[in-house]
Amino acid sequence: MNTAAIEIKNVSKTYRGESAPVLDDITVTLEAGEFVCLLGASGCGKTTLLNLVSGLDVSTGGSIEKNGKVSVIFQESALFPWLTAGRNIELALRASGVEKAKRKERALELLRLVHLEHAYDKRPHELSGGMKQRVAIARALAQDAKILLMDEPFAALDAITRDFLHEEISTVWKERGLTIVFVTHNVREAIRLGQRVLLLSSKPGRIIREWNVDLPQPRNIDDPAVATLAAEITTELRKEISRHATR
Amino acid sequence: MQPVDTVERNDLATLEAGLDALESSSVQKASLGTRFVKAAVPAVLSIAGLLAIWQVLYALKIWPEWKFPGPADVWRSLRDQWEQGLVWSAVRNSVSRGLIGFAMSAIIATPLAILITRVGFARTVLRPILSGLQQLPSVAWVPAAIIWFGLTPSTIYAVVILGATPSITNGLVNGIDQIPPLYLRAAKVLGLRRLDNIRRVVLPAALPNYLTGLEQGWAFAWRSLMAAELIAISPALGNGLGQTLETGRQLGDMSLIVTAILLILTTGILVEKLGFAPIRRRVYRNRGLAVA
Repeated sequence: MNTAAIEIKNVSKTYRGESAPVLDDITVTLEAGEFVCLLGASGCGKTTLLNLVSGLDVSTGGSIEKNGKVSVIFQESALFPWLTAGRNIELALRASGVEKAKRKERALELLRLVHLEHAYDKRPHELSGGMKQRVAIARALAQDAKILLMDEPFAALDAITRDFLHEEISTVWKERGLTIVFVTHNVREAIRLGQRVLLLSSKPGRIIREWNVDLPQPRNIDDPAVATLAAEITTELRKEISRHATR
Repeated sequence: MQPVDTVERNDLATLEAGLDALESSSVQKASLGTRFVKAAVPAVLSIAGLLAIWQVLYALKIWPEWKFPGPADVWRSLRDQWEQGLVWSAVRNSVSRGLIGFAMSAIIATPLAILITRVGFARTVLRPILSGLQQLPSVAWVPAAIIWFGLTPSTIYAVVILGATPSITNGLVNGIDQIPPLYLRAAKVLGLRRLDNIRRVVLPAALPNYLTGLEQGWAFAWRSLMAAELIAISPALGNGLGQTLETGRQLGDMSLIVTAILLILTTGILVEKLGFAPIRRRVYRNRGLAVA
């Protein structure tokens, strides 16, 4: 049963006052339950594309159709610092119309899912970067989102924590049947997580290549097969970047 | 497959629990006694120092006693006032007027600030007026207020409100303007309804600056109140700290004037220390901000 979760057709985006488009004629379909990684150098419009899909920004051309509720996980956790971890999740539940009596129980359930049930009463500043991102994942799930847009969510974390979170998000993705769009500039991270990796060019942003990652899950970021594919993608990425060098 | 999956999940849970424990810091709070001593000792020392200097200057007899009374004279004056019940009634009257005026200012300023941040036109029109008002010493309003409202409490409240409202409004406007865009985007993603968004995201996010505005607003309210009380004197208004100052001037009683000054100062400090400081400390600590 493969219905499209997101259908992006001929989408372009030009910021006001700029002549060159950031995104140019992007067309891509994401099947429900797919894990797709968007890869590209900085300035390639990865974040812009996510903002268009989430509705935080509007495109200047083309259409985006979504099948299911969308939530976003930002690079920084974006947890509200005046609320405890539990209350952050309960606010999302409230916004989704969950009745008050059920919120605490649901929040604890979601925290348990990311192994943080003991952090219900903790404030964001008392949590490590990795813990904050796990609460952010739980908060996104509280919205009952079927589509999760992740904007370099683990970029600011140390390698050990990032490794755990790769495992965490893979598990949550499988268990919940989510559709995930994961933006990163880390080639190995993209291969570790994605079923498909899309490479975006910069200025203007176009999808220039696409790889299907057929390696069995769970994958290890140090697997030779990952390394081989990473080398191939990195070569393409470098080709794209050197195109911009002015001589 | 199920058991394997479960094992994997438990593994991850253990790993994450280990890392979480390593990365969570447990801060030991100093005991209440230690904190009190740390706060009180410097205060007591500086007050004792000032009293000593005062006493030395008095003992040198540089100025005549009616111009420069010593600590003992002021203490006697304070005790007299206290025994007549005048200290309590003046402080009570002034503080309650100040607080009522301050509360009314906050009630006016809060929706005003929200309006300014939500409606572009309101910002264009009101912001310059508020900045102007903030520059104007509110004592300038006293004569006008007396003509408009007579020697009634309304005059005093009008002056206090005109003094305090601009600071509170500006504090909240700055607070809302300075909310990190990330929080607003996160709120948009959550899909909060308009009122929910203001109540549960915008106002809490602006709270630290709002508190600063309120504190400043209180300082202005207290000053405006003293100015108004000093000028607007009538039996209908009763006793107040400002009126006590004026009584001292009329009687040529310098000890009484110094007593009133000390009471105004102490009351202001107590309201700040007992009213605002604990709230500010709590808000800042909850968010992991350095307590200023």
